[in-house]
Amino acid sequence: MATQHSITIKAGGSEKDYWKDLWLNKQLLWILSKRDLSVRYKQTLLGVAWSVLRPLMTMTVMVFVYSYVAKIKADPGIPYPLMVLGGLTIWTFFANTFTQISNSILINHNLVSKVYFPRLLMPLSSVAVGFVDFLITFGIYLLVTAFFQTPISWQIIFLPCFILLTFITSMGFGLFFAVLNVRFRDIGQLIPFMVQVGMYVCPVAYPSSLVKGTWYEKYYNLNPLVGIIDGFRWCLLGSKSYFNPQSLYSTVITSSIILVISLIYFRKKENTFVDHI
Amino acid sequence: MSVIVAENISKKYIIDHQRKNGSSGLRDIVSDTVDKWFRKQEKNGFAEKEEFWALQDVNFSIDKGDRIGIVGHNGAGKSTLLKIMSRITEPTTGQIKIDGRIASLLEVGTGFHPELTGRENIFLNGAILGMSKAEIRESFDAIVDFAGVEKFLDTPVKRYSSGMYVRLGFAIAAHLNPEILIVDEVLAVGDTEFQKKCLGKMRDVSESGRTLLFVSHNLTAIQALCNKSFYFEKGRLIDQGDTTHIVTNYLSKVSHKSLEKHWDNIDSAPGNDQVRVKSFKLFPEYQDDLNHIDVRTPINFQFEFWNLVEGASLNLSMHLYTFTGECIFNVGTQAESFSKGLVSGTCEIPGNFLNDGSYVVSMMIVKDTSTVLYNMEEALVFDIEDYRENVTWYGKWPGYIRPQLNFSIRQSEHVVND
Repeated sequence: MATQHSITIKAGGSEKDYWKDLWLNKQLLWILSKRDLSVRYKQTLLGVAWSVLRPLMTMTVMVFVYSYVAKIKADPGIPYPLMVLGGLTIWTFFANTFTQISNSILINHNLVSKVYFPRLLMPLSSVAVGFVDFLITFGIYLLVTAFFQTPISWQIIFLPCFILLTFITSMGFGLFFAVLNVRFRDIGQLIPFMVQVGMYVCPVAYPSSLVKGTWYEKYYNLNPLVGIIDGFRWCLLGSKSYFNPQSLYSTVITSSIILVISLIYFRKKENTFVDHI
Repeated sequence: MSVIVAENISKKYIIDHQRKNGSSGLRDIVSDTVDKWFRKQEKNGFAEKEEFWALQDVNFSIDKGDRIGIVGHNGAGKSTLLKIMSRITEPTTGQIKIDGRIASLLEVGTGFHPELTGRENIFLNGAILGMSKAEIRESFDAIVDFAGVEKFLDTPVKRYSSGMYVRLGFAIAAHLNPEILIVDEVLAVGDTEFQKKCLGKMRDVSESGRTLLFVSHNLTAIQALCNKSFYFEKGRLIDQGDTTHIVTNYLSKVSHKSLEKHWDNIDSAPGNDQVRVKSFKLFPEYQDDLNHIDVRTPINFQFEFWNLVEGASLNLSMHLYTFTGECIFNVGTQAESFSKGLVSGTCEIPGNFLNDGSYVVSMMIVKDTSTVLYNMEEALVFDIEDYRENVTWYGKWPGYIRPQLNFSIRQSEHVVND
């Protein structure tokens, strides 16, 4: 609530002041993120170990079900567990941040109704937990890579771009649902379902080379996550991993458009959150 | 110089009469929309939504250093105004210009996380209230000291007693250094000791030349802290000015008192075939040209009834209750034999006897000192307002009665210095 020295309060507010305010409150962003992180595993027996156990167990189950039972093959020259873990790492990052962003306003309702700060801080700070989990999973991925003695390819320098793209995409979808969530509690039911279904729609457990050449390929590539997941694997596993640049274009375009629309929608609604929450 | 200027502030809410559970589900919206398409001719669908103006056309300006008290009924729009000024929600129309660093305190301990320790929560809450890390660090010891939680700094606040929780919350807020401070009913919580501390702190703020906006139902506190007041009613700012004037005006309007009851027609008057009540009235001896009763005011009661039975032996018995129903006292008259006709009784409650609060009076007519002929329950209702002199303590005065007794102190021995 620390604000600059002179403000005008009116319906609509001022766009310029908003972004300035957001910048002025960066310390609060940091503190809110730290809060989310430090309460994460309070009063749990295993604590941070959960962040390690969960991806490992998911990977084990998926390797068993898809590789041994369903006999799905990774792209030639790539160990299936590595492909799954790579896909899982970035998919989980997206799924977690998306879920957390969508719930961020509702979870912080006590703040929304009692104190002012740019509301965008809440979705922004909620990303922290997902990002730390991502780093842990990524660490596990590197260990598994060492186990399979797969060399890390030079494309890894592009990795930050795909992390950024994931962030943009989850923000784009998340902000929109965060606003809807304030008004309609149905969204709370919908999100876990979307995440669950999303994992099958996206190339997490299978390579998207399986989709190559089918009639639905161009629709499939419209999903911004396809470009992200394939690109992420391409960075880690090199050109042996299938990556259609076309899916990347669609990721960049759709994600940016969605983010802009969501931001406008969020800005338009954020000053009246308290009236609906 | 005006630091706050509000022009034509209005806030509209849409009340949805159809919904039972407050928030409307997606299903309702979908089914409503479908309904509207298929039954366009039916216009009454719109009647379910009603506009409600929580604030209407509010204009004011506040000068630097003003301490403004805001009074009004529940639902008068006070909290909505504070919410708009704190930028929690925005006005439907109008604008407010604010010049200066503003902090608002709508509850204590906003954003406390139960799992975090006291120490962590000080930093979290401080940041939420707009303090920088450096500022928090600077006043950290003072905050801990003020709250008295040194021993529990590293305990999660969920293990705190509610008193400790509130104290810590207020302590943080008290160390904010805004130019304009907005406070809402924070004093309604905590024990008397704590309330005293809060009021002391708010006095410091008001005396240091900062601008204060204070909403409270504690009129004593408002009178002590604020030089000007706003009076809101049904979303409108109906009066503003000097605090004493506003508080008096407010008191004369809000009280739910019934100071007088009378019946001219003996046949329709309450009672039975033995007695009928003619009137029951209360005459306060107002002090200082005020037209409300405060703790100093002597109150006279006059009760009149028709006796319909020749030679009945009657006496009166009066009960005084607090508004919540505890009986404070019961007084009775001597029994006397009366002939048919009007009988009247008077009683005086002296000034400086009852505490401030709302009171309810019942009057009984008793026959032969044993049979209740008629009991007029909750016959009169009156309020006693607070009044204090030479006291710097503004919390609720404890007790049902507040008598002035012969209570004095004196030096009984001198210690002789060698």
